Amino acid sequence: MNPSGNRAQDVVLRLDGITKRFGMLVANDAINLTVSRGEVVALLGENGAGKTTLMNILFGHYVADAGSVQVFGKSLPAGDPRAALAAGVGMVHQHFTLCDNLTVLDNIRLGTEGLFGRHRAGVRARVLGLARDFGLSVDPDARVGSLGVGQRQRVEILKALYRDARILILDEPTAVLTPQEATALFDTLRKATARGVSVVFISHKLAEVIAVADRCVVLRQGRVVGDVATAFTNRAALAALMVGAEVALPVAMPAAPGAVLLHLHRVSGGGLQDVSLNLRAGQITGLAGVSGNGQAALADMIAGLIAPVGGEINVQGRKVPRWSARLAIAAGVGRIPEDRQKSGSVADFTLTENAVLEVYYKPQFSTWGWMNWRAAARWAQSIIAGYDVRCAGPGARMGLLSGGNMQKLILGRVLTAAPVIILANQPVRGLDVGAIAYVQARLIAARDAGAAVLLISEDLEEIQSLADVVQVMTDGRISPEFARGALTTADLGLWMAGLGQKMRDAA
Amino acid sequence: MRLDPIANPSIWRIVGFPAVALLAAVVVASGLAALAGANPLATLGLIVTGAVGSKFALLETLNRATPLIFCGLSVAVAFRARLWNIGAEAQFYAGAVMAVMIGTGAVTGPLVLPLSAFAAMLAGAILLLGPVILKTKAGVDEVVTTLLFNFIMLLFVSYLLEGPMKDAAGMGWPKSAALIAEARLPRLAQGLRLHWGFALALIAAVAVWVIQTRTTLGFEMRAVGQNPVAARFAGMPVTGVLIKTALLSGGLAALGGWSEVAGLKGHLSLDLSPGFGYTGIIVAMLALLRPLAVVPAAIFVAGIFVGSDSMSRAADVPTYIADMLLAVALLCMVLGVALTRMRVVWE
Repeated sequence: MNPSGNRAQDVVLRLDGITKRFGMLVANDAINLTVSRGEVVALLGENGAGKTTLMNILFGHYVADAGSVQVFGKSLPAGDPRAALAAGVGMVHQHFTLCDNLTVLDNIRLGTEGLFGRHRAGVRARVLGLARDFGLSVDPDARVGSLGVGQRQRVEILKALYRDARILILDEPTAVLTPQEATALFDTLRKATARGVSVVFISHKLAEVIAVADRCVVLRQGRVVGDVATAFTNRAALAALMVGAEVALPVAMPAAPGAVLLHLHRVSGGGLQDVSLNLRAGQITGLAGVSGNGQAALADMIAGLIAPVGGEINVQGRKVPRWSARLAIAAGVGRIPEDRQKSGSVADFTLTENAVLEVYYKPQFSTWGWMNWRAAARWAQSIIAGYDVRCAGPGARMGLLSGGNMQKLILGRVLTAAPVIILANQPVRGLDVGAIAYVQARLIAARDAGAAVLLISEDLEEIQSLADVVQVMTDGRISPEFARGALTTADLGLWMAGLGQKMRDAA
Repeated sequence: MRLDPIANPSIWRIVGFPAVALLAAVVVASGLAALAGANPLATLGLIVTGAVGSKFALLETLNRATPLIFCGLSVAVAFRARLWNIGAEAQFYAGAVMAVMIGTGAVTGPLVLPLSAFAAMLAGAILLLGPVILKTKAGVDEVVTTLLFNFIMLLFVSYLLEGPMKDAAGMGWPKSAALIAEARLPRLAQGLRLHWGFALALIAAVAVWVIQTRTTLGFEMRAVGQNPVAARFAGMPVTGVLIKTALLSGGLAALGGWSEVAGLKGHLSLDLSPGFGYTGIIVAMLALLRPLAVVPAAIFVAGIFVGSDSMSRAADVPTYIADMLLAVALLCMVLGVALTRMRVVWE
């Protein structure tokens, strides 16, 4: 493909001068984007760069303040979600829009025919044909509820193709896939482009963008800051474009592991099956896995939200007789929750109130049930100062903070209590690069100070760069411990897919 | 259409929307009065003078506000912790029953009043305990259980008044015997038709405010209400907090019933409450669940009650016109107050 001079007749999608403001924020600033027939265009950018807004405008969910959208040379009316679909644009969302209780075939038919459609045989033949042509193997009669995430994504793509989509838009499609499943997806995309389908691939994972895209369009703060053919660029250059400056990610020195501070011995419950785990002082244990394989249950158990069924929990060599969130905190477990808005903070509360959410009952902050708000505010102020939380002050409402500052307050709340065990569940998800570097550096510092850290992440790069030892969860079971660098990314993928043990037995 | 919350509403919004709401209520009320054949302006004048136009009217309004403050506080406390207590009416009657059980001679001496107040709070608290345990242990919706308790309680009171509590000297009317003098709440001043229940209601409002803002229990109640998931994650005893909230909420509504019997009526009958428990929900909404704001909200609602009541007598319009005026005024105000904190976005 020739990135700069698309031949006019080949252009299938043209976004021209799209501008969208939300109050003071300019989400999209005069964005131009063209996609040609059979081309894969990667739309790159950090969270908040404007990718999602742009796609919502294309699909008529938002009306742009300026600019136009043309599909196959015809302008789309603004604010009409059906127009884009009718014009041949199909979208595969990050969160699937399928009905669990229907079969694959019914999901694909859903919404495309009248109430009393009777051409099941024809539908089946067409779906099977599409599946064959595009390498999307899936059982048309399986209930969607029984399918894995990778298969559901195939159903979503089939659904779009069945509706004659000539332009496929994939929103972070690999976030939920193992590396092997991602490779299969890329094969499908190649088959699609060979048949003249165009693809817009939204992502912030540079490696796969380079692997699959013909051209990369980089957004930063609502503007197009780069539009380059993949052949003429590399990861470092794309990263610099995305961030706007070189950002040095923290590099962890080798750990000096000490005694086992938290030991789970063959615990089950909440979907976990016979899980054993050792967290050692001065060591980061990385827990990888495709989301929904038991990491959440394991995190809940360490956080004290669910009690183990069978097995036992040992903290610093002693078995705990009872286990609850408050007992976990008292035992020195610092907990960074997966969802800082849903479980980590109360949006309508002030920073002070959020800072003492876990410790308000301690003598430092209350006597005989009376709150000492002055002490609480001082405590909050020290966290704000010590962890660089940008805010109007301890009296500001938590909900007004940006994601990064919210996470810094939670991080400060956890680390100021000097925990011996730190549970960090997706600690940098959704943060900008600067905040990511900050949070990761703080976790490494806590490790170096002797804390035992469990880092749960779906981002393999994060695990590989931070964790001293790695374990993988599949179907509620946990893999053995692997030293840093002992597993290649492909090996990790096999463990994530549940094939690790078999591979091992075979070897 | 959707509603977006506003974090820091401007003063214009806070004053403007209720003012517009009041104006709208006046316009609609005038129309209704005109339809009923009365002079609209005179009708409105009668409502205002009927509510606050004389010392007698004002005291009548404050007397009427007293049970509304208690019920409004009860609802505000519960709703703040996202415990949907629709049963203030039942708890109100539970308190009234205790005032009669203890105050008609079973106990004598100076301790009758504190004892019957305590018993009333206990009865109201226990009444809400069942629904809250069903909610936390079995996931039964407390809106349904507390609402149904209202009917159960009303029938139970009806049974009591026809049976064990029936006044032997009551000429067959379904009412209880009168309280003994020691069990009556004294008036605030000699010759003043306002009893101590009103002062207690004010004290209760301040107490609830102090609990919510200054104590660990209040902190827990607000946290559980604003974000139960985060409260649980932070290690708060969510079930225990809900139970304590229920005890407080039920106790407050019951104190309303107790004060109505001990302070105003002196006996229990089936018309003790014209729906104070339900009106308490409106009061709490008007006050945006803030305990101190419950007081003016309750006085406003009581004023409309008393004013439209006296208007319908003076202007000789049917009483249902007064009921409709009341409904229109409350609807407009609830909407107006809600709009001070919400922005309507059309899509």
